[in-house]
Amino acid sequence: MSDAVIQLRDLRRQYDMGGEIIHALRGVSLTIRRNEYVAIMGPSGSGKSTLMNLLGCLDTPDGGEYWLNGQEVSRLSDDALARVRNREIGFVFQTFNLLPRATALQNVELPMVYAGAATKERRQRAAEALTRVGLGERMDHKPNELSGGQRQRVAIARALVNRPSILLADEPTGNLDSATSTEIMRVFGQLQAQGQTVILVTHEADIAAHAHRVVTLRDGRLESDVTKSEIAAA
Amino acid sequence: MPWLEAVRLALHTIRAQKLKSFFSLIGVVIGVTFLIAVVSIVQGMNVYMEDQFANRLVGLHTFQLRRMPGVNTGDVPDSTWREWSRRPRLTYGDADYVVSRIRTPVLTSRFCSERLPLGRGGKVAKDIDVLGADATWFRIKNWGIPDGRPFSPQEVRAGSAVVVLGDLVASKLFEGVDPIGKDVSISGLPYRVIGVVEKQGTMFGISMDKFAVVPFDAPVRRDICRWNTLDELHVKADGAPGMLAALNEVESIMRVRRGLKPQQGDNFALQTAEGALEGWRRISRILFAALPGLVAISLVVGGIVIMNIMLMAVAERTREIGIRKALGAKRKDILAQFVVESATLSTTGAIIGIGLGIGLAFIIRALTPFPAAVAPWSVGMAVILGILVGMSAGIYPASRASKLDPITALRAE
Repeated sequence: MSDAVIQLRDLRRQYDMGGEIIHALRGVSLTIRRNEYVAIMGPSGSGKSTLMNLLGCLDTPDGGEYWLNGQEVSRLSDDALARVRNREIGFVFQTFNLLPRATALQNVELPMVYAGAATKERRQRAAEALTRVGLGERMDHKPNELSGGQRQRVAIARALVNRPSILLADEPTGNLDSATSTEIMRVFGQLQAQGQTVILVTHEADIAAHAHRVVTLRDGRLESDVTKSEIAAA
Repeated sequence: MPWLEAVRLALHTIRAQKLKSFFSLIGVVIGVTFLIAVVSIVQGMNVYMEDQFANRLVGLHTFQLRRMPGVNTGDVPDSTWREWSRRPRLTYGDADYVVSRIRTPVLTSRFCSERLPLGRGGKVAKDIDVLGADATWFRIKNWGIPDGRPFSPQEVRAGSAVVVLGDLVASKLFEGVDPIGKDVSISGLPYRVIGVVEKQGTMFGISMDKFAVVPFDAPVRRDICRWNTLDELHVKADGAPGMLAALNEVESIMRVRRGLKPQQGDNFALQTAEGALEGWRRISRILFAALPGLVAISLVVGGIVIMNIMLMAVAERTREIGIRKALGAKRKDILAQFVVESATLSTTGAIIGIGLGIGLAFIIRALTPFPAAVAPWSVGMAVILGILVGMSAGIYPASRASKLDPITALRAE
């Protein structure tokens, strides 16, 4: 399957909580193809966050394999993972996670700083990315001078600026009102339409409904994996 | 490139919290201020001592044959004092013996002095250094005589009653009147004023113009050079090598004159500017030796304070570190960011210290006669020390920051 961006094989992760072993993931196998729009759902304690951390290369599994864009990343060193995060993954967080003292433009430039891009190229690409999410006029604003929706747009611009293989959004509308949420979800829809692979981690069914495929976790295992056409067929 | 960003971030932090930053940098500031100020003051004093004190008081390429050292520094033990007081006095005969035998081209002048009152009409100037000397004296001391003339060798031989006044004496006794050709009385005899020496200024706040020079054989010799002895024989060579040659020559001539055996020490003294500077050199050596210690203590304290500030910064900005890591910052990126930030902080402190130190040097220069001048090497050293202190203080906090787990860091408030 050459168009698989993500391939998980029997992925396991456990935590030692003061002698007690917590099995957060008990063997998850999953394939996500290029340009898919996938929502990962599940109640708290289902292993959803653990899976997201593993998918985002912020954490490494205790067992199994994780192939990201043709590279097995589950055994990489910290610095190698940092490189993978920089090139392959665009993060969008619930709390936006913008640097408060930096302008929108500087925030968007940050991933390119760590990619080693030249100053001029960085500025230009960051400006383009902000214009694409409709913030061309507010590049010099600090996060506290922007609304929640605008902040999340800055975060999306930042996530996309290094042209990652996957856009990984963790409860991206959790801190937004419903109107703004709809607006942000429309942006994700557009990005997917333009060819971007989007993975959405959420516990809200109406947010997950925007995705074309919904993967549900329970107790560290895959409970269901349903694509839109199947839902329609049912 | 994150370097420049880290510098900017650090400067931003300093600007945002001026007072807090000042207190956190105070150790480095004090250390550097100290370094700059002490170096410039000590070097200023060095210049002063060598240019002004040694060369003016003792004279360039000049030495004096004396009974005992005239300028003593530090403690002279009792036994040394006893040996000195047993020495024979320097006689006219000794001086003539040396002057007639010395081969090195030199200027020589016999010299005696005593504090005596000078009178003119009803006015009396008290405690004037009356100096008896040869005609070469003015060339040895490099004293210009803009008004009038020096006395001649003939006047010395004849014991003429003529006098060349110091500037202060002239202005005291002859307010507004041209003193040339007028008489002043010294020890009850009238002396014709033939010249006034150019103003010599002050040294350590004492006027150097309170003197009157008379020919060595003038009548007042009875009062200033008693018992056919003289205070000093001044010898001036035309350069440093000549000075050294003359020094050796005078020593051996005097040893012959005194009939000293090889194992006996000199029972006379040869006073040089170098000798007069010896004591000062010792003080400045001690200051320079103590300086690194004092600077090091303040810099270590300053470094520890900066380390704490940086640990606080890392704790406060854990989330920022998490974000940076999530976006692809490697360990060395985070490490560099905080080390650069710490170095920037510390260097800012060093720059403030350089400013204060230079200010202090200027104040000293304005208030004292010492030409305190800022040494460029001390400024360079201060900057380098600032950077080094900041970098070493930043390494531990930065390495803690770089080892943070991105997931935990992202969760931090």
